[in-house]
Amino acid sequence: MIVRILGEGRYDVPEADMPAIEQLDAQLTDAMDRNDETSFDAALGDLVNQVRHTGTLLPSTDLQTSGLVVPHAGSSLSELKELLAEES
Amino acid sequence: MSVMKRLSGIVQAKANKALDKAENPADMLDLSYEKQAENLQKVRRALADVATAKKRLELQAAELQTQATKLQDQAKQALAQGQEDLARQALTRRAGLADQLTDLGTQHQQVEAQQQQLETTAQRLSTQIEAFRTKKETLKASYTASKAQASIGEAVSGISESMTDAGMTLERAQDKISQMQARAGAIDELIDTGALPDALGGGKDDIQAQLDATSQAGQVDSELAALKAQLGTAAPAGGALPASSGDVAGESSPDASGPAGGAS
Repeated sequence: MIVRILGEGRYDVPEADMPAIEQLDAQLTDAMDRNDETSFDAALGDLVNQVRHTGTLLPSTDLQTSGLVVPHAGSSLSELKELLAEES
Repeated sequence: MSVMKRLSGIVQAKANKALDKAENPADMLDLSYEKQAENLQKVRRALADVATAKKRLELQAAELQTQATKLQDQAKQALAQGQEDLARQALTRRAGLADQLTDLGTQHQQVEAQQQQLETTAQRLSTQIEAFRTKKETLKASYTASKAQASIGEAVSGISESMTDAGMTLERAQDKISQMQARAGAIDELIDTGALPDALGGGKDDIQAQLDATSQAGQVDSELAALKAQLGTAAPAGGALPASSGDVAGESSPDASGPAGGAS
């Protein structure tokens, strides 16, 4: 699965490593829904690290599109909410 | 829906919207190329703004640090003069500055993170643009073949997604920069209006004025004592301080009031 970290690039993550990433994504989503900034910051940090460590950074000349997108590293809860508010 | 899926949807929607204007694959390729070049320029301008914001934060922190050191010295000086209230005042102000300094430190870290993300974005964009420039001509030359059309579509989607990311990163950086500029402006204003007095080390501040007045008074006392000694009217050692004669007088009055109270 190709996962993009905003502001950083795309990582090719082996399918075997996807469950761990999905788990962290669920934690992040849960922290956001509960408005829990501390858990949010922790989950985002873990998610970013997990993608970086298990994935291989694709060169910028590679033009594959991603299937999942991780927020900018260090994004705050309010920043992400603002970004998601663009959905319509 | 999970955060990553929702974000992915937003990125795809933005990427598709950016390409709506193009009517055919060749146009799409050219449009993508132009957009990328435009984005790269914007990212470079933002990088210059980030560097300016960072420099400004550093200058402000240095100014506040100087002021904090000065207040620390003043507190010591005040204590040496026995003026505990003044020392407390200096330390209280210093604590206020310490909060500002911590805040500036956090902002500095944020600015550095922005700088790093923008640098990465600029680097990736410029490599991507260079590679795409040659690739798009090859693709255009053969775009009549159906297979080539598919690969044009893929290439353009990929490029468009990266451009969208660059655009979002840029927007985020610009938001942060303007927030930071507003806060830096507020701190400048505080320094200018003297709410953080004398941060530039220019004129004297009120704490310094009180310290100076006390040390001047001390000097007058010792000169007075020297003069008294010359005239041979010097009282025993303690007499050099006018305050001690007052104490003596003060001690005698309660004794005097005792019998008076009993008489009434």
